[in-house]
Amino acid sequence: MTAATVLVVALGEVRSPVLESVTLARTLGTPVLLSLQPLSEADTHALGRAGVARALVADLGEARHAPAVAGRAVATAAEATGATVVLLPTSFVAKEAAAHAAFLLDAGLLVDVATLRLESGELVGGKRVFAGTWETECAVTSPVAVATVRANAIVAADAPEAVTTAVEPLSVDATLPRGLVLDEHEEHPRAEGRPALAEAAVVVAGGRGTEGDFAAVEELADALGAAIGTTRDCVDEGWQPHDAQIGQTGVTIAPRLYIGAGISGAPHHHGGMQASGTIVAVNVDPDAPLVQIADLAVIGDLQEILPAAAQAIREHRES
Amino acid sequence: MRVAVLVKHVPELLSDRGLDDAGRTLRTADDSTLNEVDENAVEAALQLVADTGGEVVAVTLGPAIAVDALRRALAMGAHRAVHLTGPELAGGDVVATARVLAAAVRHLAAEAPVDVVLTGLAALDGLGSVVPSLVAADLGWPQLTVVEELGVDGDVLVARRELDGVTERWRATTPAVVSVIDTANEPRLPRMKDLMAARSAEVTTLGAEDLGLAPDAVGAAGSRTRVVRAERRPPHPGPEIVTDDDGEGGRRLAEFLVSRDLVGGTR
Repeated sequence: MTAATVLVVALGEVRSPVLESVTLARTLGTPVLLSLQPLSEADTHALGRAGVARALVADLGEARHAPAVAGRAVATAAEATGATVVLLPTSFVAKEAAAHAAFLLDAGLLVDVATLRLESGELVGGKRVFAGTWETECAVTSPVAVATVRANAIVAADAPEAVTTAVEPLSVDATLPRGLVLDEHEEHPRAEGRPALAEAAVVVAGGRGTEGDFAAVEELADALGAAIGTTRDCVDEGWQPHDAQIGQTGVTIAPRLYIGAGISGAPHHHGGMQASGTIVAVNVDPDAPLVQIADLAVIGDLQEILPAAAQAIREHRES
Repeated sequence: MRVAVLVKHVPELLSDRGLDDAGRTLRTADDSTLNEVDENAVEAALQLVADTGGEVVAVTLGPAIAVDALRRALAMGAHRAVHLTGPELAGGDVVATARVLAAAVRHLAAEAPVDVVLTGLAALDGLGSVVPSLVAADLGWPQLTVVEELGVDGDVLVARRELDGVTERWRATTPAVVSVIDTANEPRLPRMKDLMAARSAEVTTLGAEDLGLAPDAVGAAGSRTRVVRAERRPPHPGPEIVTDDDGEGGRRLAEFLVSRDLVGGTR
């Protein structure tokens, strides 16, 4: 496989995960972007700085939310550009589109990779499996590869030289599969200034030990510019919304820094965050499973420790 | 309704999971189980059939011991079980796996129409979550995936799904592919007598040839990826522990983050 053209897919706005994939794409070949919604001026500026000279826009409207349609757009763009590698930032929606695109392109499919490189003409993707206990690499043996790339695995960097991004429309058949109707697509407003959990570089998570009072968790998250996460039982209690749930069947995260406060570390939660770069546990119980896998554990009352840490971080910033 | 529920036999989350020299997941009868979120898929299938009448057929692809996953599904109330197995099916990646599962659905549909294919969100060993979409693509059926709430209105399935920051409501006519998440329902616990009965229940076994698939279309030969490296990571050295008995715990947490250059990166 020679990766002359690498197609990077933006399913929404051009934010950090897309730029991380573009940064990775530059190591494999020439990045071309596909967006499934119109690009804003900010998007094209960011793409230019990232060295993307060509961007395709498939303006599919609401139809883009149908996985089969999104996948068809990706496959159409790969064929139009002759791309042999297709990258999508990982999310459940991206995995659906990636699967459909791989089916249409007869492509090998790698999910959630942290690394990608060309080796003896094959694309090789690496990732950690079994809750971070094993390191694996898989080679794609077909001429075309589709991969979803884990958020925060790569640091997004500008290209050595910025370019002007030429934007061109891409015509894609937007017909939904027969019998499928989208009745509602409602985006929830995100807390002001807070990154999305799935793509945040820093996550502060609160568990049952908060007893439902997340003020200390929020204060530390604010000090660090972090997203807030939680556990299944806090969602069940109604303390946090469902999309804040970290876990194997919730949002799987791998931020540079994860701080878990009042979280024991049940296997489901653990499997959803163990690929994090640095893990800090704050817990009254030194025997909690999360403490055992942490890099730093602070044993004590989270309601006192988190605000004190937030205060120290604010002072450090100001100094 | 006739529902095919696709289930997987996976290592227990708390077992010592690993890969063999060929990069395949190690599975033993003692350490493996029906993939947890597949219980939600079986439950959803049973509820669909309870409302409308019909049949639930549990299907799995895997080695001989994977029959345990089918027996669990039978004990929960599945009416029939189909085990896709054979040396040629081993070592398949997600693409080869989905191809075999889709062929099995077609095989079942040749006897009597299949209205719904139900799966769990993800197998908790590989966590790929792509097989349901690949099966939908192969069958050319609409999909309702990552579903938290599933209902039925005549021959129309109604689903709500919660994604990161988004709520969606979809409708699909049957036949369709559905994947459910772990909060979609409370899977029933099989009764002892059903567990006993499932032990000796008949299970249909099918191989690639029965499904009309060529040997090079399945298993490792039919895959488009291969594992080139699999290594156990060194054990975690254990945490640095600070006990906050002096009120300095927060400050020391902050110092640790500063020392690792982790307080600058906001976005």
